[in-house]
Amino acid sequence: MTSTAHLKISNVSRQFRVNGGELTALDRVSLDVKAGEFVTIVGASGCGKSTLLRLGAGLDTGHDGLVEHAGKPVTGPSLDRGIVFQEPRLFPWLTVERNVALGLENAAFSKAEKQDLVAKQIALVGLTGFEKAYPHQLSGGMAQRAGIARGLVNRPDVLFLDEPFGALDAITKAHLQGELQDIWAREQITMVLVTHDVDEAVYLGDRVVVMSPRPGRIREIVPVDLPHPRERTSAQLASIRNHVLDILNSTTRNGEPKTIAKQPAQVKRPPIKTTSAARNAPRSQPSGRPILSTTEI
Amino acid sequence: MAASYVSSERVLKIRRGLTLPILLLILWEGSSRSGLVDPRFLPALEDVFLTAKRELIDNNLIGELGFSLFRNIAGFLLGSALGVLFATLLALSRVADALITPTFNGLKQISLLAWIPLISIWFGFGEQAKIVFVALAAFIPVVLNTYEGMRNVPADLIEVGDALRFTPTQRITRIFLPSALPSIATGVHLGLIYSWLATVGAEYFLAVGPGIGGLIIAGRERFDMALVMVGVIILGIVGFILNRLAAKVENYLLRWRVSTH
Repeated sequence: MTSTAHLKISNVSRQFRVNGGELTALDRVSLDVKAGEFVTIVGASGCGKSTLLRLGAGLDTGHDGLVEHAGKPVTGPSLDRGIVFQEPRLFPWLTVERNVALGLENAAFSKAEKQDLVAKQIALVGLTGFEKAYPHQLSGGMAQRAGIARGLVNRPDVLFLDEPFGALDAITKAHLQGELQDIWAREQITMVLVTHDVDEAVYLGDRVVVMSPRPGRIREIVPVDLPHPRERTSAQLASIRNHVLDILNSTTRNGEPKTIAKQPAQVKRPPIKTTSAARNAPRSQPSGRPILSTTEI
Repeated sequence: MAASYVSSERVLKIRRGLTLPILLLILWEGSSRSGLVDPRFLPALEDVFLTAKRELIDNNLIGELGFSLFRNIAGFLLGSALGVLFATLLALSRVADALITPTFNGLKQISLLAWIPLISIWFGFGEQAKIVFVALAAFIPVVLNTYEGMRNVPADLIEVGDALRFTPTQRITRIFLPSALPSIATGVHLGLIYSWLATVGAEYFLAVGPGIGGLIIAGRERFDMALVMVGVIILGIVGFILNRLAAKVENYLLRWRVSTH
């Protein structure tokens, strides 16, 4: 089963109509994801990374080019492809348990099997004891755990994650990154994670896809040949991260096309400032394991 | 400790709520006893009480109330069920929305009472006509609020349904209806209040028959102000109870919401 879980994106472009004009969100993007691989996509705002993810998941199909999963073109959402959004998007009127069970609503399992799977999934994301809680009673991190559980409960071939930890505080984020890595290693599910956090991309990804904005293109694919689970403080990881940051720097410094006037100014926020500080930080703390080192662009 | 604090808070609230009605009763009693007002226009409390007792024991007050409540509940259930269905259709079908909503918005501006002549011609003066009128009164607020709620279902959640391959039926039952439930509850609550008002209106305007409205008419015709007062007081008490029941049911159904107080 997992051998067929192969995601193939070839020569995909996506245009949006914005105020009467055409905006090219993705421009001839090609990317292959191997079964069981953890691919992270990183890039500045407007580089089309979320668009790419939505195309892969089948939530958006208005593209040119080919998106294939397990040898078949992606024409819409499928239960073989799970998705976790930046916001947990839980149904506020359902308990945690029933929210997670939504992922199995249309799956071919018996009622008892579904209950069992839900309970296991809730345990896997560490929410045991909160099955009967309503979303408004959960913290942001707990709600996102439930969101991840809902995406995973059907054991999809591929799980797409759209900046899943973007709205969380640094400590919770670091914990959840570690847990996601454990789940991935244990469950052998192919994962594609979009983020604007370079540390997160490098820490989790087997390969880091670096994208550049306007038009959205893949600038470079950086392999991270380090075994999981990884040490955040590893020197190799730090040097790969610096490399990714350098690429990202070059993507934002280049001459921008005129359409940039429509975009928020934050794209220009230079990652350099945080870089020079963060670059030295892990090394200057020889002992202890700082789990907090985020370099967001 | 906390529990007793809460309950004493509650007692205080009830006491404050009762202050004005009790003051009014004292004022009423005082003015009718002192001869300040003509007892033929405002009967003494005692008269009202005795009349209530007479109606209760000698005449069929409970039966009259039963008739009114039956019309109210039947019309309310009919009107709100149809209202939820109709609004769901309008909110989810673009064609139905374009075809019907403008007309509905025009028709809802017509005063409910203006429908009475039409209803009486179409449905006669019997039970049927009264229930139709009550149903219409409940229908309108339920439609308006349900429609509003369905239109404001977050696109984010609809997308989750897409990703999970919800069928159209699942989309309605799992996303649209529960998400619109707070609005639907508001509509149904209003519908309950309106339908009680309409029940009396129907009894009042659509000929005389058993019911509290009929009781009041009889009181007026016999110039028995005490009887009229009994009817009015019963209407108020029943309305109050219905309102409280609706609030309780609403709180239970919406217990998943973030508490706002």
